[in-house]
Amino acid sequence: MARTVPASTRIGFTLLAWVIALLLFSPILWVLLTAFKTEAEAIAASPTFLPQNFTLENFAAVQDRSDYFKHAFNSIVVSLGSTLLGLAIGIPAAWAMAFAPTKRTKDVLMWMLSTKMMPAVGVLIPIYLIFRDLRLLDTVHGLTLIMTLINLPIIIWMLYTYFKEIPVDILEAARMDGAELWNEIVHVLVPMAVPGIASTLLLNVILAWNEAFWTITLTSGRAGTLTAFISSFSSPQGLFLAKLSAASLLAIAPILLMGWFSQKQLVRGLTFGAVK
Amino acid sequence: MGSISLQHVKKSFGEVQIIPDISLDINDGEFVVFVGPSGCGKSTLLRLIAGLEDTTSGQILLDGEDMTKAPPARRGLAMVFQSYALYPHMTVRDNIAFPLKMAKAPKELIDQKVEYAARTLNLSSYLDRRPRALSGGQRQRVAIGRAIVREPKAFLFDEPLSNLDAALRVNMRLEITELHQQLKTTMIYVTHDQVEAMTMADRIVVLNAGNVEQFGSPLDLYKKPANRFVAGFIGSPKMNFIDGPEAAKHNAHSIGVRPEHFTLATSATSGAWKGKVGVAEQLGSDTFLHVHVEGLGLMTIRTDGDQTFSHGDDVYLTPDPTRIYRFDAAGNAI
Repeated sequence: MARTVPASTRIGFTLLAWVIALLLFSPILWVLLTAFKTEAEAIAASPTFLPQNFTLENFAAVQDRSDYFKHAFNSIVVSLGSTLLGLAIGIPAAWAMAFAPTKRTKDVLMWMLSTKMMPAVGVLIPIYLIFRDLRLLDTVHGLTLIMTLINLPIIIWMLYTYFKEIPVDILEAARMDGAELWNEIVHVLVPMAVPGIASTLLLNVILAWNEAFWTITLTSGRAGTLTAFISSFSSPQGLFLAKLSAASLLAIAPILLMGWFSQKQLVRGLTFGAVK
Repeated sequence: MGSISLQHVKKSFGEVQIIPDISLDINDGEFVVFVGPSGCGKSTLLRLIAGLEDTTSGQILLDGEDMTKAPPARRGLAMVFQSYALYPHMTVRDNIAFPLKMAKAPKELIDQKVEYAARTLNLSSYLDRRPRALSGGQRQRVAIGRAIVREPKAFLFDEPLSNLDAALRVNMRLEITELHQQLKTTMIYVTHDQVEAMTMADRIVVLNAGNVEQFGSPLDLYKKPANRFVAGFIGSPKMNFIDGPEAAKHNAHSIGVRPEHFTLATSATSGAWKGKVGVAEQLGSDTFLHVHVEGLGLMTIRTDGDQTFSHGDDVYLTPDPTRIYRFDAAGNAI
């Protein structure tokens, strides 16, 4: 029998959901509105909700002061590069763990995940020194490398979870059909795991795009991504809220749009396997 | 060619021994069925031959060549799985063509072979469909098509009909048998269904707890079971077993009588076992009677479908003296 929920409860929960969603969205909304205000309006004692004097001058000022497009380009290279590199390593690793497990596979998975439990600052000094000695400081490839490494456990975990859902019979059929390991992965496993791989890709692009700690620590001018770009505004011009908002909006806009368009895929990917 | 020889093949998973020690010789072109109850090791044995599992020890020879360590792709065998194991992202055409693409066959040859397989299996009008748009029987045909195009040394079937409904199972059983007659390629077929085994096989391997209980033609197994296990497993309904004094009269530890080897009477005859009908299962062509026989227990009797019996009827059973199977204390046939 279908469970009946009283109308009042339904309305109550819907309202609660809206309130929570608006609370979560409010900082982004604030940034969005402030970016189009003048500095005076942004810090006015009695703040306005919508911009009274709509202006784009903050965006022009931001581009004048710091090269937005260079940072955006670095963000694209680092986030996509680290994700693709991570997938290239993660797919074979997850295959091995899902389809050729040993007694220690679960331990290895837990160990990989445990590296995410440690605060990044705990390994700051050794990593900084290694980067300095290998001349990787303030380089895009150095940043791509570190981003790959910090996100690899998540990539492998996600792929492992998706791969476990694929019936092993199908891979065995490919083996019987004469497919060597490479063909089995490329022609059978990967096409079947496309939803999982796509959501892993999206999530990791977002994580790498928004990563700030290592970006700010390991780059200065040349290899900085958009998180370094925002950060460079917060200290000298921390009180210029409108310009800071414009910079933030420019930094988050690409990933926000990508997330918006791919939300169906993301949600599908993240709940994949939850209900078989 | 497709002869398969297993020499002292053993398989353990950790501490658990699945196949203690099996040696078998399967001739080229033979249709051999591995039959046995769940967990008897029949699928494991098939997977060892396929190369999907590694042997713990022993040798597997294909056409006399040692293939024990060869990966599945190099053994030249084709397998049809219970779950069909079709590639869901490919069309029927691509599914069937996949083994040929892996073998880097030229495109014209691939097209030609796919068309031929599709014609043979009545799949021509489904070639551009995805597996999810097919019925169970059609999916299994695609799986067979994928196996045929490889022209393998032998086909391995792992309970291929278990997911189909009863009517379709009978049809597919026939189709596979016809396919064997047409191709004359070695086939090994795993099933737990002894009717499939009896109807399809040239020879049957009866497995129990990882051991070969008997290897012979269906009628051999039916007429001369090597032991009580085979006698009970082959034949439907199952053979009736009788222990104690009645068996001792025949100088045996236990005796077995098949349900079809009784003479049934409704009035007392000398030497007959008296019993009461418990359940009468009427199939139309036959009636199966479950009879409680005084001092001997429950017996199943196959009788003519025209005879009607009901619960509580008195019946008198006389086993055919020439068809009483005798077993010693270890269960071996005497």
